[in-house]
Amino acid sequence: MTKETVVFTVNDRVEQTVVSPEKPLLWVLRDELDLTGSKYGCGRALCGACTVHVDGQPTRACVTPVKAVEGKRVTTIEALSETELGARVQRAWKSLNVPQCGYCQSGQIMAVVALLRAIPKPTDQNIDEALSGNICRCGMYPRIRKAVHELAAGGFA
Amino acid sequence: MIRKTVFAGVALAVSMVQAQTPHPFDPIAEVLQHPRCLNCHTLTEYPTQSRKIVDPVSGAVSYERFRHAQRVIRGEDGFGAPTLKCGACHQDTNVADGKMPGAPHWHLAPLSMGWEGLNRRDLCLTLKDTSKNGGKSLEDLVTHVEKDALVLWGWEPGGDRDTPSPSHDSFMVDFIAWADAGGPCPEN
Repeated sequence: MTKETVVFTVNDRVEQTVVSPEKPLLWVLRDELDLTGSKYGCGRALCGACTVHVDGQPTRACVTPVKAVEGKRVTTIEALSETELGARVQRAWKSLNVPQCGYCQSGQIMAVVALLRAIPKPTDQNIDEALSGNICRCGMYPRIRKAVHELAAGGFA
Repeated sequence: MIRKTVFAGVALAVSMVQAQTPHPFDPIAEVLQHPRCLNCHTLTEYPTQSRKIVDPVSGAVSYERFRHAQRVIRGEDGFGAPTLKCGACHQDTNVADGKMPGAPHWHLAPLSMGWEGLNRRDLCLTLKDTSKNGGKSLEDLVTHVEKDALVLWGWEPGGDRDTPSPSHDSFMVDFIAWADAGGPCPEN
């Protein structure tokens, strides 16, 4: 397929990449831009391991053609600690030992940050609705829920 | 007695003719009741997915519909939870070799346009009801089924998803004929 120049912002830095416009954003991030924090899980938007933010919205990078983010702002797990909320979430994850194997956790964290931005004090139902598409084979859902509630209560500042 | 028998026979014959004559809405209902439409025209707070089942003996086709795998929800506007929009996964086109379906403005139809469980008559009445269908006239409905990206996706769903039996062109011929006839609804 013909390559095209695609320009978008990744972690506040403008990136210009010459790729097939259909190439999934995940592989542009990982292979072209060396941002390997976003994980490949299923490649079909079924598991959420590849979750990034596109203009602030959680998005599955594995099925998002890179042309779809032309001119948009992409945020990955690598930049999350640069925000106050992102840093708090990461501290919560570490303090509460949320990850077990950890493979899904960059996606989980991206989803949680988006959740807390949209709903600062989420209910269990809000948490379920926001995170239902992020699968954890280790079953760390109770720890994730606990971390979200403690963050909502102002913890890990 | 003879007269009654004759009348009864005529009534039966008329009834049989009526039963055998397709109603103009029949081919439309066949499409609207296909899982490609129903999965997002739900009466629930979530979309569904479906699995095609072919009876190994008779070859009869049926569909098992079940809640969307990621347990996503409708949300206030049909576009998902504010923290997990349909667009988080569904792109403007089918991707991942067609396994991941997509079309522009992917979302659920409003609850007022939920079609699950409706018989042909109620489906027809619901479709035409401007208080439920977003204020669409019959002419607007023709335009909608002719051009809306999500409607058109139903015939290009990607992957191994099947499509409604009539082609979109055939569906349009039937739909326009039905609309031109004033949008008649069947008795049941």
